[in-house]
Amino acid sequence: MSTAKDTAKEIVSFRNVAKKYRGGSVGVENINVTIKEGEFVCFIGTSGSGKTTTMRMINRMIDPSKGTITFKGHNIRHYDPVKLRRTIGYVIQNNGLMPHMTIQENITLVPRLLKWPQEKMDKKARELINLADLPESFLDRYPAELSGGQQQRIGVVRALAADQDLILMDEPFGALDPITRDDLQELIKHLQEELGKTIVFVTHDMDEALKLATHIVIMDSGHVIQDDTPDNILQHPANDFVKDLLGEERLLQAQQNTLSVSDIMSTNPAKITLGKSLAEAIRTMSLRHVDYLLVTDDDNKLKGYIDLETINERYSKDASVSDIYNRTRMKFKKDSYLRDTSEKILKQGYKYVPIVDNDNYLIGTVTRASLVNIIYDAIWGKEELDNPDEIKLPASIAKGSDKS
Amino acid sequence: MINFLNQHGSELIIKTWEQIYISALALFLGILVAVPLGIILTRYEKTAKYVMSISSMLQTIPSLALLTLMIPIFGIGKLPAIVALFIYSLLPILRNTYIGMNKVNKNLIDAAKGLGMTTAQSIFKVEIPMAMPIIMAGIRLSAVYVISWSTLASYIGAGGLGDFIFNGLNLYNPSLIIGGTIPVSILAILTDYLLGKFEKKVTPVTKSGVKK
Repeated sequence: MSTAKDTAKEIVSFRNVAKKYRGGSVGVENINVTIKEGEFVCFIGTSGSGKTTTMRMINRMIDPSKGTITFKGHNIRHYDPVKLRRTIGYVIQNNGLMPHMTIQENITLVPRLLKWPQEKMDKKARELINLADLPESFLDRYPAELSGGQQQRIGVVRALAADQDLILMDEPFGALDPITRDDLQELIKHLQEELGKTIVFVTHDMDEALKLATHIVIMDSGHVIQDDTPDNILQHPANDFVKDLLGEERLLQAQQNTLSVSDIMSTNPAKITLGKSLAEAIRTMSLRHVDYLLVTDDDNKLKGYIDLETINERYSKDASVSDIYNRTRMKFKKDSYLRDTSEKILKQGYKYVPIVDNDNYLIGTVTRASLVNIIYDAIWGKEELDNPDEIKLPASIAKGSDKS
Repeated sequence: MINFLNQHGSELIIKTWEQIYISALALFLGILVAVPLGIILTRYEKTAKYVMSISSMLQTIPSLALLTLMIPIFGIGKLPAIVALFIYSLLPILRNTYIGMNKVNKNLIDAAKGLGMTTAQSIFKVEIPMAMPIIMAGIRLSAVYVISWSTLASYIGAGGLGDFIFNGLNLYNPSLIIGGTIPVSILAILTDYLLGKFEKKVTPVTKSGVKK
């Protein structure tokens, strides 16, 4: 079922899954989603979109009325629901800690159900409280004595107590303040990236989804609208609903994040081949109104650049471009993302950077000016660009942003 | 008072014991039936409504009438009294158990299930401990009711401290009435106090440093 090029094993798959409630109201319909090991999957949608229903079907909190769900290759119907739930981590909003159990008892709740020996549980409790970045003395306390953020940290690590590979999280940070939420988001990102846990995360917060997910499933009124990577969703929203969900601001910002340099490069760079004379170089510069030229060989492979200053210093009638050109300091491959490149260009003060394809053939340039346009869009929005006079440029960007 | 004790001392002890015996048995049976029933009813919302109204209806029958109604079925003596008081003890315990169980944070039940607890584990390890204070409040209320109402049981020949009171009424002897009433009150207060202690013990701790 997984495509050949993806090596990661699938851990959960939905095939034509539907849930109809008594009385005929439809919970979800026609769900086809594959979750691979190590992924961070966000189910996102408005309330009533079926995102929580879909997630809760994985550990059989809700049974589907139609279709099959597999967990590690087996139909979940063949698992005993209680045993299945003990092998899948579960984190809910408002932490769901048992108020009458100590933190240690809460953390080792599933191991106790699995009847682990006491020593092993003690060790696990200490290991997990360290993972949660809380002092070991907290193990003897009760949940009410911890802050909301600390409680949810325990709620998160509790889901790992029996070494579960898959963790389900149902809007776990909805009730937390933004700073605490950031901390916890880092904690679970760590679980996914460092410990290789697969996380299925339900949220209605697009920022959260874009920040955490490697795979986003957008849902609306019981249907999957789009199922893709965050980058692809930002670049190619499936329909207006997805666009609305993302918001115009985010789409603009995302342009910078998901555009590749080849999307904004000018494909007609000022260039010259190695064998030409310097006089010819100067003529080309004046024709193109620039003070530099990219230097290529006869096959259009990028060799370096030459600028007016160098020519001035080292001019001689007999010299050709190949004698005095500079080796390229910086170039970008055509599919590198703007977000990785724009900062380098802006901070290091380059006016232009040549863009090459995988075989080092010159295919264009990205200039400071074209970059700055994108950044304006992201910072001030498109409308204000209609009145460019009113915009006060931040000094760092305004400086040296000439049109080359 | 010393006079009263000299005259009725041994009788007082026997009657008090009878009172305790009747009410304790009725209460015990009440708990035995009402607590599990209340828990089961939380799983059947629709049935719960009917059961609750029936038990409320039973509660509205005047106590003396209920005791008398038992005579054709169970005759006279302790048995009809225990049955009648048992019926009375049901409602407060049943209602509090039902409410207590229903009021348990749904998040906790969801977490318990999602973490892999069986229904029984969820009920015994999570829901009952959480509902305990409310269930105990119902039991304490029933206990006080049953002890004071068991006084009336003497009317159908069950014995108990009611014998003093009814004798006092018949003989126009206030000291007998008072001598029967005071032990009943003391018994009720003492029971409530002891159950209060017990409640503290069975109510789960949620703060460290609080000794059971």
